[in-house]
Amino acid sequence: METLSVDHLLGIKDLTKADIDLIFATADEFKDVINRPIKKVPSLRDITIANLFFENSTRTKLSFELAEKRLSADVINFASGSSSVKKGETLVDTVNNILSMKVDMVVMRHPNPGAHQFLSRNIDAKIINAGDGAHEHPTQALLDAYSIRERLGEVSGKKVVIVGDILHSRVALSNIYALQKQGAEVMVCGPATLIPKFIHSLGVHVEHNLQKALDWCDVANMLRIQLERQDSKFFPSIREYTMQYGLTLDHLNKLEKEIVVMHPGPINRGVEITSEVADSHQSIILNQVENGVAVRMAVLYLLASKINR
Amino acid sequence: MQPREIINTTEFNLILKRLAFQLIENHDYFEDTVLIGLQSKGVHLANRLKKILSDINPSLSLNVGYLDITFFRDDFRRSNKPLVANETKIDFLIEGKKVILIDDVLFTGRTIRAGLDAMLAFGRPSLVELLVFVDRRYKRHLPIQPSYVGKVIDSITSEQVSVEWKESEGEDKVLLHTSEN
Repeated sequence: METLSVDHLLGIKDLTKADIDLIFATADEFKDVINRPIKKVPSLRDITIANLFFENSTRTKLSFELAEKRLSADVINFASGSSSVKKGETLVDTVNNILSMKVDMVVMRHPNPGAHQFLSRNIDAKIINAGDGAHEHPTQALLDAYSIRERLGEVSGKKVVIVGDILHSRVALSNIYALQKQGAEVMVCGPATLIPKFIHSLGVHVEHNLQKALDWCDVANMLRIQLERQDSKFFPSIREYTMQYGLTLDHLNKLEKEIVVMHPGPINRGVEITSEVADSHQSIILNQVENGVAVRMAVLYLLASKINR
Repeated sequence: MQPREIINTTEFNLILKRLAFQLIENHDYFEDTVLIGLQSKGVHLANRLKKILSDINPSLSLNVGYLDITFFRDDFRRSNKPLVANETKIDFLIEGKKVILIDDVLFTGRTIRAGLDAMLAFGRPSLVELLVFVDRRYKRHLPIQPSYVGKVIDSITSEQVSVEWKESEGEDKVLLHTSEN
């Protein structure tokens, strides 16, 4: 039986090309399911999943919850703001308490990179990383690559530029792994202060001029500028960032080809991308959201098949 | 041990024709009837029946859909069945229609149960009938009986019956495999 090589989805780094292909093939069928009048299948009806969000999230949490419900799993939710974490409980204790209620899988977002690796060694449940600090966000990278594959037919051989705050971005790192494993070429673009010093070691191109990067690429993935981090002065002002790295219709009109525009959300309209571009036919931002549910269903389903009964 | 051929190509095609005529007896012009083949081998059977029915009545318009039951199995995590589904393609509504569910081999009945479940996502049919090419009698786990049967085969559990198709295996025939021990 074809199955994943991993027991948890901690990061794209651990996956093989065959794993990604299997996830995509499964997601194709789930995409079909979620476009039917009855959007639900009973596969995970005896599985309970805990969504543990130690960091804020709207779309990822909704997307996971919807994916779980469409697979007929039972779902419990947990947000750190209203929990005993504030009272000093350790991560392992919190999770073990939840697992005592007979939970089979854990979807977790945590501010500390590696929290998921740590947990996977200490508890007996399948773990899916929904974002760990600035480290990885594997399901986002999978849905991004899946959306590219859907729009352009394949990922292999495509040139993808990731624009913006690469330094703080878990989306960027997971995307680099996912795209390279499928044979795409990756470039990062942004102000020097927001490009990590050792990014070259991952075998990606670095470019500081947005127009040049756009000339090179087939796909531009525009990351969100994290307004909440702007105290640290990585660039002089939002306005200056927008003038240099904000994607506008002008940029696209100067190109001889039509590129695909992506954004993991939430968008700061008028900062990293203008409204006209975000709403243009070249943008696949809303397809990404739809595909997110299908890809997460595939990941949950394939990992659930490895639970022993 | 070599598999034994229990239905040869000539018999195979005679059975197909008979099944087609039985369908005509019950469904006349198929105004309200649709065929749904279960992935993967039931699809060959459904397409072949449609071809024979169209040869008999060239003006026939008959919808054929394909249904995959992978996500509806009751043995998820309990068996080594493939995880990846085949295509489901039903581009018509089955609401109020007579559905003929089609599969190659009826054995435990679990696939058909899952098929009935999966089908409901496309509407509430007025009637569902079951057509199978081979009915392995006495092996049922569920109270499911076919409406149309190509051939009844009595076999023991360790034996395997496989229906082979011109489209996938190159020749129409039914084989009985007996395990070594």
